[in-house]
Amino acid sequence: MAAVKKAPSTIYGYNSFCPGCGHGIVIRLIAEVVEEMGLAEDAIGVLAVGCSCLTNRYLALDLLQAAHGRAAASAGAIKRCRPDKLVFTYQGDGDAASIGIAETLYSAQRNENFTQIIVNNGVYGMTGGQMSPTSLVGQKTTTSVKGRDPEIMGMPLKISELISHFDVSYLARGSVHDAAHIRKTKTYIRKAFETQMNQGGYTCVEIISPCPTNWHLTPLQAVDRIEKEVLEYYPVGEIKGGAR
Amino acid sequence: MKRLMKGNNALAEAAILAGCRFFAGYPITPQTEILEYLAKNLPERGGHFIQTESELAGVNMVLGAAATGYRAMTSSAGPGFSLKQEGISYMCSMELPAVIVDVMRYGIGLGSIMLGQGDYFQAVKGGGHGGYKVPVYAPASVQENVDFTIRAFDTAEAYRTPVLILSDGAIGQMAESVELPEGREHDPDQYDWTLKGRDAAHPTGRKMTDRIYYDFKFHEYDPHIRERYAKMEKELQMWEEVETEDAKIILVSYGISSRVCREAVKTARKKGWKVGMIRPITLWPFPKKAFAKTNSHAEAYLTVEMNACGQMVEDVALYGRGVPIYSYPSGRSIADPEAILQKIESIMNGEEKEVF
Repeated sequence: MAAVKKAPSTIYGYNSFCPGCGHGIVIRLIAEVVEEMGLAEDAIGVLAVGCSCLTNRYLALDLLQAAHGRAAASAGAIKRCRPDKLVFTYQGDGDAASIGIAETLYSAQRNENFTQIIVNNGVYGMTGGQMSPTSLVGQKTTTSVKGRDPEIMGMPLKISELISHFDVSYLARGSVHDAAHIRKTKTYIRKAFETQMNQGGYTCVEIISPCPTNWHLTPLQAVDRIEKEVLEYYPVGEIKGGAR
Repeated sequence: MKRLMKGNNALAEAAILAGCRFFAGYPITPQTEILEYLAKNLPERGGHFIQTESELAGVNMVLGAAATGYRAMTSSAGPGFSLKQEGISYMCSMELPAVIVDVMRYGIGLGSIMLGQGDYFQAVKGGGHGGYKVPVYAPASVQENVDFTIRAFDTAEAYRTPVLILSDGAIGQMAESVELPEGREHDPDQYDWTLKGRDAAHPTGRKMTDRIYYDFKFHEYDPHIRERYAKMEKELQMWEEVETEDAKIILVSYGISSRVCREAVKTARKKGWKVGMIRPITLWPFPKKAFAKTNSHAEAYLTVEMNACGQMVEDVALYGRGVPIYSYPSGRSIADPEAILQKIESIMNGEEKEVF
């Protein structure tokens, strides 16, 4: 009999992400790991502002909707008050690496004991595709209409590399553009959550994710772009704490 | 037993006695002793102290702690308090209890680090976005720093709202003798709404968010907000009356300025002048009940506050309807009792110009 893969019960209802969006995959990976670890009754998520907000209506966990950029600060506090719970943030690159970069880096600097999930799709999705800190050189957005010009707008920001300067417990960058990377990314999330619950300390998984709507590509073209362009600038792999 | 304590230290100690076990904040004069006192004492007494990278992080950590049911506090002053407003608005929307302290200083922008009452508008008039209201207590002594801090935590939980304490550089820095009450333990698990992991009553998890999204139908939200603030406005007004029964000229003053006004009332009475004082203790809700009692016999209200142009005087004008309103903003110095008496005399002689 063929194995049947059921959706985790921690996901209820239907998500409202655009076709080809990577958010739904990341949420599912989080839900699967939480359930596999037996922590569905003991998890608290902190959502960022942006497309991350949409998670609120279909992830069956206790969730706090943080202010824009402040998810890491609120999550650190929650973990300090509820040390036996699994606490994670769910943020985009605009939230975690632009307006919330101080909260992100100082959570790492203090080695706050929670897991930061940063979905990096290189645009501000919810507001309609403006340039984000991680938009690639030459990428056209509504606020970089001729493409990102590093002379004026600087180079795309590598948040994981910045975090890696601190003595954090676990740090990895994954991607959800194909099945192999999705499976690998799930192991990163699992390691991050396990590290949080066992040894403790700051853990983070940055996840490269497609946004066909705001990249003005079809879902398949978006996957192709990640493979050929995005991963070249943002290589995947474990950065800290992988070898155990 | 009475102890001699500095205002900021007494406020910090009162927070611990009220069961506060979480503080996150950032240094700024003249508030910093609160931070320093809690850095030393809170961890020793089972609490969390975090010096954050900014006021934004501080207030949003307090938001997170409050969401778990902890009694949580942050404190700042003037420019730093401006940054707290984002978190205060979010906590108002999420209906989360917490205490935020503003040890006021003087001036616009960086202003001066010295004492002042520069933040009435930003504390009382919903300084952040969206038009929220928060209870604001204005202590006028070190003892009131203790009493109102404890009261602020109780009010915050009773009404599920952030509560502000609007202290000032003088009250924060002066030392007076205080009576400290017995400490209390707070149980963070006592409320059902706090984040602690989903359970049978919350099979899809608790959603700690702006309540507009999940808890109300479209047409139910506005009435809820109106009812919520109307209840606070009705039930929370606090004020002190000093010789107002027969007063013709009534000083209106809070915090450090009210202490000078109290002396001015004494001196005026000795001269046989019918002068009294209303001291608002809650700045929001503004004690309009006090004015309802005095509007019929008062011939003038004179507002005394420590800023350049007068701020509270606008509320006095709003609630002292029909009575001439005068203003003495004492600027960068604490009001001079002699100057107050001269103002009173010039009002009596019809030489003072009304401001509203």
